[in-house]
Amino acid sequence: MYSFKYQLAKSVADASAFVAKNSDAKLLAGGQSLIATMKLRLSQPSDLVDLGALAELRGIKVAGNTVTIGAMTRHAEVAASAEVKKAIPALASLAWSIGDRQVRNMGTIGGSVAHNDPAADYPSAVLALDATVTTNKRKIAADQFFKGMYETALEPGEIITSVSFPCPKRAAYMKFKNPASRYAIVGVFVADTGKAVRVAVTGAAPCVFRVAEMEKALSAKFAPESVASIAVPEKGLNSDLHAKADYRAHLITVMAKRAVAAAL
Amino acid sequence: MTVKVSMSVNGKPVSGEVEERTLLVSFIRETLRLTGTHVGCDTAQCGACTVVMDGRAVKSCNMLAMQAEGAELVTIEGIAEPDGTLHPMQEAFRQHHGLQCGFCTPGMVISAIDLLKNTPNPTEREIREQLDGNLCRCTGYHNIVKAIAAAAQTGGGVLRR
Repeated sequence: MYSFKYQLAKSVADASAFVAKNSDAKLLAGGQSLIATMKLRLSQPSDLVDLGALAELRGIKVAGNTVTIGAMTRHAEVAASAEVKKAIPALASLAWSIGDRQVRNMGTIGGSVAHNDPAADYPSAVLALDATVTTNKRKIAADQFFKGMYETALEPGEIITSVSFPCPKRAAYMKFKNPASRYAIVGVFVADTGKAVRVAVTGAAPCVFRVAEMEKALSAKFAPESVASIAVPEKGLNSDLHAKADYRAHLITVMAKRAVAAAL
Repeated sequence: MTVKVSMSVNGKPVSGEVEERTLLVSFIRETLRLTGTHVGCDTAQCGACTVVMDGRAVKSCNMLAMQAEGAELVTIEGIAEPDGTLHPMQEAFRQHHGLQCGFCTPGMVISAIDLLKNTPNPTEREIREQLDGNLCRCTGYHNIVKAIAAAAQTGGGVLRR
């Protein structure tokens, strides 16, 4: 990997000020994507600002109808949390399905959401559950957060501090994994908030997206057959050696059906 | 430029001068000369580089040495008793021949200890699912799974450190 300067952040404010001033600096959360990217020399930050020591960015709080997860909370912690399992079981099981044991022991929700990998799992939960991303500057609604491949609404110097998920009436996540990397070739998160149904798809396109037609059909009747005949057009979907666009389009419907069945 | 990094490895305080970009696995193997921790794929998929950091299994090829500053690490060299008595997980791998070429074994053993710590009485299916972070190129999984199931009965999820 290319060389860089390393620093351990002493506070969110310091880290924010530093990356705002140094446009080639990067924040380091768990590093499970960033370090791998740097090893491949696909990324060449001038500086790494490690958020690992900021205890205030860690932890899980359930208050009323909302689960708030600190940005530096690891996937394994979310997966094992009795509170998350009780409030939003689909979120705990999604966290359990990320990467592998060792990756879950290092990777963080804030890192995953900020990185916005097209095949990451968490963005689908954030979008389907209509979560709110809280940064050191503002609160961003999920619908405004994910902008494109590896692109988010985060501005220079803006750091995610937590993500808040409203508890749904029922929800489930189903993914078709790449057997080697365990990234989602297609992952579908279905959430019934009680007022509306939201369907978010990851892995299939350059960025996580919602499927309005499925949402409408499921709002009328929350059953697998409601989405069985709804196909997402293959235009614009990812096509690579793991799966062609038409196969991904097919998988979206299959995973949506399975997710609805699992949520019932 | 080099920086100083300090941590505890297998109960002993260690430190070294490293480049900021030095991976934890390079620090362990090249600076500390603890070569039981292996580099297999070097892309965070195979798990041969797995070590325990502050009580949890991590891939040391996918993190910086600096990320382990001040941490307590346990490597494969640190799990047996000081008198050489094997850790129950090592003993189970020996009894059940949970290895063929042996290259993945250090990572398998460390991951398997973490597995039993979190799931003390796993079913065979759970063992197979939860070994998701470790690959055996010899495909010798049957005996690895048998070994872990056996170690669940002999304290295989406990580290003395």
